[in-house]
Amino acid sequence: MAGIPHDHYEPKSGGEKWLHSRLPIVGLMYDTIMIPTPKNLNWMWIWGIVLTFCLVLQIVTGIVLAMHYTPHVDMAFASVEHIMRNVNGGHMLRYLHQNGAMLFFAAVYLHIFRGLYYGSYKAPREITWIIGMLIYLLMMATAFMGYVLPWGQMSFWGATVITGLFGAIPGIGEALQTWLLGGPSVDNATLNRFFSLHYLLPFVIAALVAVHIWAFHTTGNNNPTGVEVRRTSKEEAAKDTLPFWPYFVIKDLFALALIMLVFFAIVGFMPNYLGHPDNYIEANPLVTPSHIVPEWYFLPFYAILRAFTSDVWVVQLASFVTFGLVNATFFGVLAMFASIFVMALVPWLDTSSVRSGRYRPMFKWWFWLLVVDFFVLMWAGAMPAEGIYTNIALLGTAYWFAYFLIILPLLGVIEKPQPAPATIEEDFNAHVGKSASAGAPQATPAE
Amino acid sequence: MIRKLTLNALTALVLSTGAVQAAGETGDVTDYAFPFEGPFGSYDRNQLQRGLQVFTEVCSACHGLQYVPIRTLGDEGGPALPADQVRAYAERFEIEDPETGDFRPRVPTDHFPESGLETAPDLSLMAKSRVGFSGPYGLGINQLFRGIGGPEYIASLLTGYTGEEVEEAGTLYYENEVFGLIAMAPPLWEGAVEYADGTPATEEQMAQDVAAFLMWTAEPKMNARKQAGFTAVLFLTVLTVLLYLTNKRIWAPVKQRAKGKYPAE
Repeated sequence: MAGIPHDHYEPKSGGEKWLHSRLPIVGLMYDTIMIPTPKNLNWMWIWGIVLTFCLVLQIVTGIVLAMHYTPHVDMAFASVEHIMRNVNGGHMLRYLHQNGAMLFFAAVYLHIFRGLYYGSYKAPREITWIIGMLIYLLMMATAFMGYVLPWGQMSFWGATVITGLFGAIPGIGEALQTWLLGGPSVDNATLNRFFSLHYLLPFVIAALVAVHIWAFHTTGNNNPTGVEVRRTSKEEAAKDTLPFWPYFVIKDLFALALIMLVFFAIVGFMPNYLGHPDNYIEANPLVTPSHIVPEWYFLPFYAILRAFTSDVWVVQLASFVTFGLVNATFFGVLAMFASIFVMALVPWLDTSSVRSGRYRPMFKWWFWLLVVDFFVLMWAGAMPAEGIYTNIALLGTAYWFAYFLIILPLLGVIEKPQPAPATIEEDFNAHVGKSASAGAPQATPAE
Repeated sequence: MIRKLTLNALTALVLSTGAVQAAGETGDVTDYAFPFEGPFGSYDRNQLQRGLQVFTEVCSACHGLQYVPIRTLGDEGGPALPADQVRAYAERFEIEDPETGDFRPRVPTDHFPESGLETAPDLSLMAKSRVGFSGPYGLGINQLFRGIGGPEYIASLLTGYTGEEVEEAGTLYYENEVFGLIAMAPPLWEGAVEYADGTPATEEQMAQDVAAFLMWTAEPKMNARKQAGFTAVLFLTVLTVLLYLTNKRIWAPVKQRAKGKYPAE
């Protein structure tokens, strides 16, 4: 494996040598856990561990929940109540699973925005980024299908609205929708296949996570300066890095414990705060809820989906050019998928030669505006699609696309970046030295 | 670390002030102070028993509790009726035995009956499926401080009749401050039940008691859940402190070396 030069595993005893010549699994584990990691990583580099934990938490709680759940339209809702009332610890399992999905998404958004700010997507880490985007897409599919399983009103109507989007595709739409649902509408066949896929996809995600880790263990981690680790010799690399164990394992575990503290406080004291009360009403195909909203983590993209109404000029233009084939609904669907697609293309849209946003004075402002935009879209997605809210959503959508398609390519040309430190070691020493001279009293040798 | 602990304690305090009476803006739902609010709140057994009495003597005429097993009336953290009372209570309701096809009195392992009146919704999860508070501006901040407000919604609805009646398409509707026009006739009146524990059965009292009882039917494991939450938070606080100290200790030599290399200004 290429990458940063460091000490590799050397089998010592006869038994170790015997195994190593047949299956170098200990060596693989050693190299993975001892990987040289830039020592200047800040607290935004902890989300990977949090995400790994979330995946394990969701799989473990999910497997146990599946033992007690019945995927049938007449029994699904009651079986969830059975879990909440009769299964030992079932109420905790279910709340952990439900809120665990939310922690998963909160962490993935922080992880993605970390990557966007520090330029983690730039060469040579494009593959890591693309795999990450695939994981994110699968997470959305998994969460969406999981939300249908309790068979509440929001489950049913959310599924109806979202699968209805496929019906908006001209020509093949209706056939495709019927194929996806296993019938003309969301029904028992839909519930069954969603349950099956909801069980399957997390394992696909786990496999992709392994590839994600493999990819960035090959290129090495990015870091807050965006400056690469020196690789000419083991000694030089050691000046810029520290082994992952114990330095970053313990750091990450500390952060994880703190996040778990907040997470368990939410699960223990307000597990339904972020959920939707309508989902405690059993699904009823005859009664439409007055206001169908997805879970909060889908809201920004839901806002983009609904932003394009038939009175928006780009929609009218698209409709005119395609002889009416592209209507407002289909345009919204395309926009929603495109909003994630442009994010996946960011390694090639960002033309700046400087990796980290820390040294890009103009980029910083546009980046933080994108973060604000994300929250504005999230809020707009929760509001009814009428009046001022659609205008706000449209504005937010416009900025989302402008950031990736116009601002990032342009900034690389017009921006004058600040000088980045020559090495990671320099950045680390300056950072630690500064914080020492600012406060710590034990750090004053005779000067 | 001390600061973090203080912050935790503060957060807990803020969360526990859910019962503060606040004016206006949430419409007509009154922010009743229920004993089970906030992280320190738990169900009041006597209130749940009174609520059960109101449900049995008033609500159960039309409404069901199909997801609630009768035996859970004896559970700790609920009404906690003695076993013989639970058995006696179960026998009040009949059920068609699926094996013999005959009607027999229910036993504790049976569930409460379903709604007797087709248009009357099941009440098992009513307290979790209604929103009492919202906003401001769709931000959910009110819910953070006051709770989602399901039981408050129920109690406010039960006491929210204005006395006006409207006939629409042959059906009589009653004007309600919370619901609008509702088909359910005002169910409570002063002294509608006679409480076994001697509590005066005012309309307000009965509304709050039955709302508390319905919160229990919707979330029977709330006490256990909060207990688990506290255990977890306590354990994780200790773990966080230990990991913080470990992390500091491990990085200390690395940082010491870096300080030496930082050019003196």
